[in-house]
Amino acid sequence: MIDISRRKLIVSGLAATAGASGLSVAARLARKYGLVPPDHGGIYGLGETLTYASQRLLMRHSLAREFPRSRISPRPFPNELAPLTEDFKRLQAGGFADWRLSIDGMVYQPASFSIADLKSYPSRSQITEIACEEGWSYIAEWIGVPLSHVLQLVGVHPEARYVVYVSMEPDTWDSIDMADALHPQTFLCYGMNGSELPVAHGGPIRMRLPRQIGYKNKKFITHLTVTNNLNRFGKGLGCVDAEYGYAWYAGI
Amino acid sequence: MATFGSAPLPPEAAHPSHLSTASIAKLVPRHSAVVRVTHWITALCFFALLVTGTEILLSHPRFYWGETGTVLTTPLFQLPIPSSRRLVPTGYNYVLPDQNGWSRALHFQAAWIAVLTGLLYAISGLLTKHFRKDLVPSKADLSWRVLWNSFLKPVRFRRPNAAEASSYNGLQRLTYLLVIFVLFPLVIWSGLAMSLAFASVFPWSVSLLGGRQSARTIHFFVSVALGLFLLVHVFMVSLAGFSTRTRAMITGRAATHKG
Repeated sequence: MIDISRRKLIVSGLAATAGASGLSVAARLARKYGLVPPDHGGIYGLGETLTYASQRLLMRHSLAREFPRSRISPRPFPNELAPLTEDFKRLQAGGFADWRLSIDGMVYQPASFSIADLKSYPSRSQITEIACEEGWSYIAEWIGVPLSHVLQLVGVHPEARYVVYVSMEPDTWDSIDMADALHPQTFLCYGMNGSELPVAHGGPIRMRLPRQIGYKNKKFITHLTVTNNLNRFGKGLGCVDAEYGYAWYAGI
Repeated sequence: MATFGSAPLPPEAAHPSHLSTASIAKLVPRHSAVVRVTHWITALCFFALLVTGTEILLSHPRFYWGETGTVLTTPLFQLPIPSSRRLVPTGYNYVLPDQNGWSRALHFQAAWIAVLTGLLYAISGLLTKHFRKDLVPSKADLSWRVLWNSFLKPVRFRRPNAAEASSYNGLQRLTYLLVIFVLFPLVIWSGLAMSLAFASVFPWSVSLLGGRQSARTIHFFVSVALGLFLLVHVFMVSLAGFSTRTRAMITGRAATHKG
């Protein structure tokens, strides 16, 4: 019933071989240029890798849209918070004077900063939109020190590939690649709309990266680790959210 | 060899079921291989996108116009359904489980496959003149009376005859062109506009749609339109004979009485 000629068989055989070797070359190139996300395994790995690779190729240096001051949302929506820990409440009672942000890993000078230290560095602000994966979004002015400035202070090894950031919220950590870590709009954010960053929005320190979805903008940051290998963090998927099925890269 | 069995056929094609298809009607080419393969891949992706899209929607069944919108602002409208997030006021006293992780992953993976498949289909359709031959309506197709009659016939549950089933009428052609060249591009565009990284390179892709929340609302309405298309499509296929038409889209050949 189905007539397969020898020529057809040879042609499709050649096409399949070419396709398979093309794919393996593409996979090798993608790995070499850092286009494979840490959560590339599993049945959705294809989609995650296509999204991350294409957006990295196209959007390494692009800037998130910024808005005029008049478009700042009058009532920024604070998303649901996990109950604050006793440790957090103790630091909060002291006006966060004892809050420390420590940096270790592939840096020349591991260091620890107070909020006052961070505020003593050149302050930057951006009026950008934060968008939650659920669908809602608002615009705010975000004030902070670019993460790149702090990384420069401690000196990052040239072979470093990721910055892992850990929150004071239990079981909350994440990571970004160096393209995002060195991006001018990636802030260690301590202010919002002209005042201190409210606790409801992640104060005293929140990671702010406006080219990725809200859940990458982790609140209550206490610790950074610079690394070239995410395997030893959690299950090796790059963030705790990936262990619950959420993508590590959330540019979409 | 397949037999028609109890498949609903146009009356003139109805023959005793023990006869093979070859003896009652000639099997003539109906759909090219590219059309068939891309059709079923798209169908699979479309189903995945519809299910996961609905799932993602459950986490915030409110829609806004413009750039921003949260539960603290007035929505354009809210769907009267429960939500998978506690802070969304829905009027239901329960919260659905969060399924957004895998839903988002599958949504984007299916979108990738659908877009790549669509590209293959569009390029092949241009090269083989599939669009011009099979989908662009003729002048005669475009009279209001003819279009109206094409609309009334399926609405009155009238099955198409063999000649009608071997090609598309003007209304079908216009619908397919609308889906392929307007709705699909629009749903892709409004989807991409919601990507923060994509918007950082192509800010106009968001502003032309009226803002991020407008893009989301447009994405929703175009998806509803595509969902309606799917319902009408399956209805029309059933009217023309579900197994014959489905077999034509799988094997590429359809029975015709003219041979």
